[in-house]
Formats: sequence, C-alpha cells, structure tokens
Amino acid sequence: MTGSAQPSRQMTAAQPLHVIIATDCGSTTTKAILIEKLGNEYRQTFRGEAPTTVEAPFEDVTRGVLNSLAELEELSGRKILDGERIITPNRAAQGEPRVGVDIYISTSSAGGGLQMMVAGAVQSMTGESAQRCALGAGAIVMDVLASNDGRLPHEKIERIRSLRPDMILLSGGTDGGTVTHVVEMAEYISAAEPRPRLGISYQLPLIYAGNKDARDRITEILGGKTSLVITDNIRPVLERENLGPARTKIHDLFLEHVMAQAPGYKKLLEWTGAPIMPTPAAVGLIMETIAKKENLNLIGVDIGGATTDVFSVFGGVFNRTVSANLGLSYSVSNVLAEAGLASILRWVPFTIEEQTLRNRIKNKMIRPTTIPQTLDELQIEQAIAREALRLALAHHASLATGLKGVQQERTISDIFEQKTSGESLIDMLQLDLIVGSGGILSHAPRRVQAMLMMVDAYEPLGVTRLSVDSIFMMPHLGVLSTVNEQAATDVFVRDCMIYLGTCVAPIGRGKDGERCADYTITFGEGRSPECGTLAFGELRLFPLGRDDRAQIELRPAKQVDLGEGKGVSVTRDVRGGEVGLLLDGRGRPLQLPTDSQKRLAALIRWHRAVDLYPGKS
Amino acid sequence: MGHAYTPGLTVTERTVIRKPRLLPIPGTVLAKAGDRVRAETVVARAELPGKVHVVNVANLLGVAPDEVRDYLVKKEGEAVSQDEVIAENRPFIKWFKTEVRSPIRGKVESVSTITGQMLLREPPRPLERLAYVDGAVVDLHPAHGVTVETSCSMVQGIFGIGGETWGELVMAVDSPEKTLSASQLLPTMKNKIVAGGAFLGIETMKRAREIGVAALVVGGIHDKDLRELLGYDLGVAITGTEQVGFTLVITEGFGTIPMAAKTFELLAGHAGQKASISGATQIRAGVIRPEILIPWTTGSPDAGSAGRAVPATERSGIRIDDHVRVIRDPLFGRIGRVTALPTELRQIETESVVRVLVVTFADGTSAVIPRANVELMEG
Repeated sequence: MTGSAQPSRQMTAAQPLHVIIATDCGSTTTKAILIEKLGNEYRQTFRGEAPTTVEAPFEDVTRGVLNSLAELEELSGRKILDGERIITPNRAAQGEPRVGVDIYISTSSAGGGLQMMVAGAVQSMTGESAQRCALGAGAIVMDVLASNDGRLPHEKIERIRSLRPDMILLSGGTDGGTVTHVVEMAEYISAAEPRPRLGISYQLPLIYAGNKDARDRITEILGGKTSLVITDNIRPVLERENLGPARTKIHDLFLEHVMAQAPGYKKLLEWTGAPIMPTPAAVGLIMETIAKKENLNLIGVDIGGATTDVFSVFGGVFNRTVSANLGLSYSVSNVLAEAGLASILRWVPFTIEEQTLRNRIKNKMIRPTTIPQTLDELQIEQAIAREALRLALAHHASLATGLKGVQQERTISDIFEQKTSGESLIDMLQLDLIVGSGGILSHAPRRVQAMLMMVDAYEPLGVTRLSVDSIFMMPHLGVLSTVNEQAATDVFVRDCMIYLGTCVAPIGRGKDGERCADYTITFGEGRSPECGTLAFGELRLFPLGRDDRAQIELRPAKQVDLGEGKGVSVTRDVRGGEVGLLLDGRGRPLQLPTDSQKRLAALIRWHRAVDLYPGKS
Repeated sequence: MGHAYTPGLTVTERTVIRKPRLLPIPGTVLAKAGDRVRAETVVARAELPGKVHVVNVANLLGVAPDEVRDYLVKKEGEAVSQDEVIAENRPFIKWFKTEVRSPIRGKVESVSTITGQMLLREPPRPLERLAYVDGAVVDLHPAHGVTVETSCSMVQGIFGIGGETWGELVMAVDSPEKTLSASQLLPTMKNKIVAGGAFLGIETMKRAREIGVAALVVGGIHDKDLRELLGYDLGVAITGTEQVGFTLVITEGFGTIPMAAKTFELLAGHAGQKASISGATQIRAGVIRPEILIPWTTGSPDAGSAGRAVPATERSGIRIDDHVRVIRDPLFGRIGRVTALPTELRQIETESVVRVLVVTFADGTSAVIPRANVELMEG
C-alpha cells in the first residue's frame, strides 16, 4: 500500500468524529478498539487483537495493525479496510453506514518502548528532575548519571558506552548558575561516543535542557557527535521544575527518530490522524485528565508481563514511574529476586516447598504466555502480583516527591516538626481512587480478587475507591483525548472503568478479635441499615452495586484513626461497585502472623470472608 | 486471536540455518563469500575503542580550569606512556614543582578549559568474531561481518546460560529419564558437549567445571542450583554472557523432567560428532532460544533437499494429531497428541473461561488443557 493513499492528519482531525479506530501496538499484542458515537455519547463497541509484527520474520508493525483491524471488521461487520488501506472518512453520508471510519489513532510500546538515559549535575536535584521528565514522557529510564552518583569518571563513561538508549536527556545547573558540572557530564558523554539502539547510520538524539549559559559549550562538545536539540532548562531555578518543553521535545524526537527507525513505523505514521504516542505517556495523559476533571487524588497501576507502570496525581501533580523489571511473566523471576521468597510465600494460603515454588516461578519466566490452570497456581500468581504491586508503588513513592534542595520557610510552629524538602507526594490517606490495569487485575476470574490484591499491596488508609480497566483501553483513550476529549471521557467512564467498590481501612493495630470500630451503614431506600462491630483481624464485605451509594458512620476504638485523629468518629459517603463495600479491620500497617499455621488460618479466614476463591479456601 | 498458540522448540534431524556473524562496531571482514569456515575461524575483526580515564589537571595543579592549557606537557592527540608527565607547573622554586602523570598508556583524547579535565584513552582492544559453526560463507556485510550457512541437525532448548562454544557430542546416560550424576562425568569429557537425561544437580555442575566440560545439555535443573552456580538470583531471562566455566542448555524446564524422547534420540544419534552450542536466551520481544547445532559433514548444503527451518509463524495453528508438550502444572513436561480442539470456551478450575484442547498421552490417558499451556513439538 502507498502512504499517499492515506488521509493527512490535519484533514482528518478537523472532521466531526463519529467512528474512531484506535490501536495500541504493544510488545507482544496489537490491540484495536472501535469507538462509535451512539446518540449523544461515545461508546467502545468492538475489540480485536493480533500478534505484534515488529520482529522478524515480518519486521513491519503495520502487518499486526492490519490483522487486528481485520478481526475488528469480522466482529463488528463494519468495512474498515479497502485492501490494505483504511477507509476514511466513514461513508454514512453516502448511504453506507457500515463502511469506513473517521480517524485512526495509535500508541506504541513495541520493540521495548522508548528507552532513555538521563543525566544531571546533582543526582537528587537535576538528576531526579530529568528522570521525572523522561518517565512522564513515557520512557523507560535505563540509568541516571550525575556528577555525584558515586561512580568514578571512567565507570560513568563505560556505562554510557555500554547502554544503547533511544535518546539522552542532559540537564544540570540552574539558569545563570555554575556550568562546570553539566559540561563535565557532556564531556563524559562525548568521550563515550554513545550509539543509538536502532539504526546504525543515524546519530543519537540528545536533548539538552540544562543551564542556558552552558549551551554554547554543550554545542561545541556534543554538536558533532550527537543529534543535539536544545530546549528550556528543566530546573531554571531550584524552587521550580519546568518539564513541559523537554517532554515535548522527547515526544517530537520519539516520532522523528525512534519511531522512524522501527520497522514499518514510517507507514504507520502516515496512517494516523494524530501523532503516535508512547503507550505509557497516553495512559498517563488519560489518568491526569480524569483526575483533574473530577478533582481526585489517584494512583493508577498497569502491571504487565515485563514491567509495572505506576501513575499518580496528588494535588494536581502528575508523576509516573516504570519498574522496568517487575512483571508477571518475563520478569516474574525478578519479583522473586527483589521481594524475596518469604514475602511471596506469606500471601500463599497453603504450604509449598521452596524448591517447588522456585521452579514454578522460573517455568513461568521461560514460558511467559502460559496461564494458571489450577487454583493453587492462580493463588501463587496472585501472591506474586501483590509483591510486584507493592514494590512498584514503593519505587514510585521514592520518586514522586516534592523538589529536593529547596529551602523551606519555617515558622515558630514548625520548630518541633523536622520536615525536610523532597518528601513523597504519595499520601494514602488523601487518596481517592486506585485504578488497576493489566491482565492479572483486569482478567482476574473474580473481581474481588483484583480488589484484594490491590488492598493487600497498597494498604489504602481511610476511605478509598478501587477500580480496574476492563480491557486495557487506557492507552487508546489517552491518545484519543488529544483529538476529542469528550469521546475519551465518555468511553473512559462508561466502558473502560469497572468500579469494584470502596475499601474502608482504619489506621492502628490491635489484637485479633478486639474492637477496631463500630459501624453503621445506611443504604438507599428499601434496604435496612447495617450496624455492627468490626474487630481487628477481620474483613467484612457488604454488597453495594455500581450505581449505589451508602453512608457509613464509624466510631473507632481509642487507638484507631480514620483520618480525623485517634478515636474520632467519622461519617463518609461511599460508592459501590462490582464487589461492594469492604471493611478492612486487619490494621495498618498490615502485618501477617509470623507463625506459619496462624498465617495460613488468617489467610483462609479472610479469603472466606470475601468469597475470594471457589471451593477449598 | 482465533488461532493463538505457542510456537514450540525446533528439534529436527536436518535443516539449513544461516547465522549472521556481525561485529558490534564497524571493522574488517576477513572471510570471503564462498569460503568454507570452521567454528573457530575468525571471520571479522574490529578494534574496540579503549577505556577513557579522566585526570583533573586543574585540581591537581591548583590552577583555574581556563588556565590549564598553559601547563600541559602533552597535547590532544599525543601518545602517552604510563607514569609519563602530562602536565606540570613551573614555580620559581623547583622544590614546589608539581607534576601530573598519566595513569595509563594511550593517548590524550581531549582537554577541557571549563572543568580542567584531561581525558586519556587506552589503546584499542581487538575484537574477533568467530564463525561459531562449521559451514560456508554465503553473504558478506561490508565492514560488519558475514553470514555463515550450514546444513545441520538442530535442537532448540528452552533456557540456557553461557556463550557460544563447540566440541564433540557425548552421551553420558542411556535414557532420557535418567539423572546425570557427578560421577558420570569423566576426565575424558574435557572440552566436550555432554548430554544427560532428566536432571542434573549442583554437584554435577561443579564437577563439569573441574573437568573443563565445554557444555551440558539436560532436561531440567532446579532453580536453587542455578542460583548457587551463578551466585545470584536470575531475574530476567536474558542470558549468554555468564562465565560459569561451561555452557548449560536445558531442553524442558525447571525441575526433574525427562528429556523429550525425540530430542534425546537425535542427540544420541550424533554422539561422537562435532557440535556447536550456545546458551544465549532472550525471552522477550525478539526471542532467542539456546541451541545445539550438529553440522552435516558430508555433501554440500543443499537447500532443496535439506529444507529450510520452518519459521513457527508460517503455521496456522495447532491441528489434530500434532505432538505437543504441556508447559504448565499440573502436567508440566508431559508430551502427547492433540485429539480434540473444541471451539467453544471452557471454564477451568480457576474459573477462567478459556480456549482448550484435549491431549492424549502415550499411556492412553487424556486431559483437557488450556491452549496457552501447550507448545508444539516442531521440526
């Protein structure tokens, strides 16, 4: 097919959108969805998928796209392709309502996604700012180099040389400050003569977003050896980050250099009606959009086979991290290595020999596409998922911080509070919503399994709503939001999000069976209120449908806090979901019994309380 | 995906494979098109730029970075020896003289008047690319290497560690169900590729290292033994650079799992012949599986009669009568024949609703298994 046969993105984007197709070209699967305007709202109507074809023998991403669209055609009865051409716009006006689409859009993480190396002058300041910038743009950060990262100069140079990133982001220094450190980093990069991951014949893109006074020197040192792009400083003054311009440059270079080198992408770029986005950048965009629109603090997680992405919006500040080697298939063994066997075993509700568990985990690593066939296997995978989720959030919390190195204004009232700069923004008590995504959460056989995995891993405090992404369409909606925000929001609310319910978790600890809090739950019309005592070590689940609301009044024991202080009663409106309202009296921080028999008994009790698994436990 | 299936591992008596043998950086190609090469033949060579060392001359001399050029004894591009003076000050009193000496032999790469640093580079290191497998050069990639083609028997493993090597193939056990014990490894197996049966443990691995065995091939190992061998927990299956003294290829998985009869018989049928083996494994996009290649020594490669390796993607899916290996518990490692391919989705024990197939084993028993949990026995 010829690229010229496809519509230009300017033409398409200007037209009214009634029928939209979107693909996400993932590392293994290309997922296509069809979105149609039904009446006044947009709905996701059909979904198709096919193996991604970036690798040999095809080496052309568009083959997988066409295959996924062919499946979409088959399922929906809509004619989308004319040979290998996407029919645009839709031909309803010509009397053919089931022919054509108005726009095609796509995201991509195929071939390992966008891989970057970042460098800054001081690790905890410009180094971290550069890392946040790259992560927010959807990249995997391969390494963070800084003048004070503890490595000797020749070790830094060797590291730069051995990595083959798609691009480098170099920052360092505030505008008008010292140029020495950032020039030093540039000299190391120059000496290493780094080469790009894809394409032998082109120069590695390097974005300089540091002290503006060093631009001439940086151009002198790196201009001949890299494809240098200069943009605004990401840390113009210590007290402020300015990540926007550098992120825009990363996206531009992703399209112009990285995508253009990947097999088949030149053709794909011509097909799309909006710029292709890196998958995580699109997911981040839709989460940020929703958080801002609904004024929510949220945490989103996408747990995949190889990596786990965590997104958060707290107080309007967006952060994203990617734990590149925490996943449930390709990287499952790394979860074992990082969490340790004991941490995984504590969630398994039966005894299993260490050797057997280790071998099973390795067998999943070498055959990553297999699925649990027995209940034991499912429980082991969900135990590993809890640890992967927990580790990825800990990683996220360490990077989603306020700016470090900023002088704090203190008043007399702060004398006894030793607050430092750079504290984590992740405040579980202020968290409104957790959004889970990825096969283990979205496709858990029972929705309550997804809910309890997230509750166990994240230990939400106070009152928190939980949801999962139904079929992983957040990437598609992220890129769609750049073209038509209403369409993206409609589909997000109606088809993408599956609300599981609300978790109420008092903070504090007590002996099993002791009073944690008394509660009164008032439901809507026609349903009697529920009153009772939640004991420590207890889980209680009350059905509460997706569109239902209830009011819960909690009167905690004197050492228990529900967000208003120890022993202070609280009343909250809560919303339901497919699982309902979960009262978690297991205490915070959550601690499982150390004795093996007691731990097994506790797990089985909890699992039965929420009907977590069929039959035996 | 109407016909999703897991491509299996190739085990074939005869195929023709092409191995690109490329340098990581441009260099000189030594072989010519049509050359017959052996595994140990150097086909291309390059010079890896030497390591860079940084000396902060300004700090050491106590001068400002922008003055540093005034104190240099060696300029950019000049060669230096180890301990040779590269910069010095010129005080009025000689006693106060400070000299900066080179920590390495090499040359001056650059001098910075912003940081006051001098970058010194070691001499380049030669890097050779070997043919790895006996065969013929069929393609030249100027400045980068060649493609070697060989007609061979081929066994793909599921996981391995260690790099490329070669040697005579030896069978250490007489049945695929047997464990390869340390006592079965003999000094005569030095530099050879030793094939076992269902399992080998850490003692056998240690013994192999002592003797100098080139490679081990076996059905399964325990993860805890792998951890002891490597000294760390392997997190991600990207291997091939480990230095444990030998290359290890497992053909079935982790645990004690009899080597597939077809694999065992193929290896046994070529005992005494030279084979090439690589443990390199990458289980992500761009899958690389470990392999054992046994070149056919008589006759020339003939694509027509030998037949090319059939890429898994050319298959349309699993069919009735296909031989498959179960790759997930509770029947992990069992090999059987597909006897039914129900089209409707089935609920399995976990309550997931999935596509399944029916596999009948050699003992006449059958099992319903998710399609995702079998792989084709290819080749």
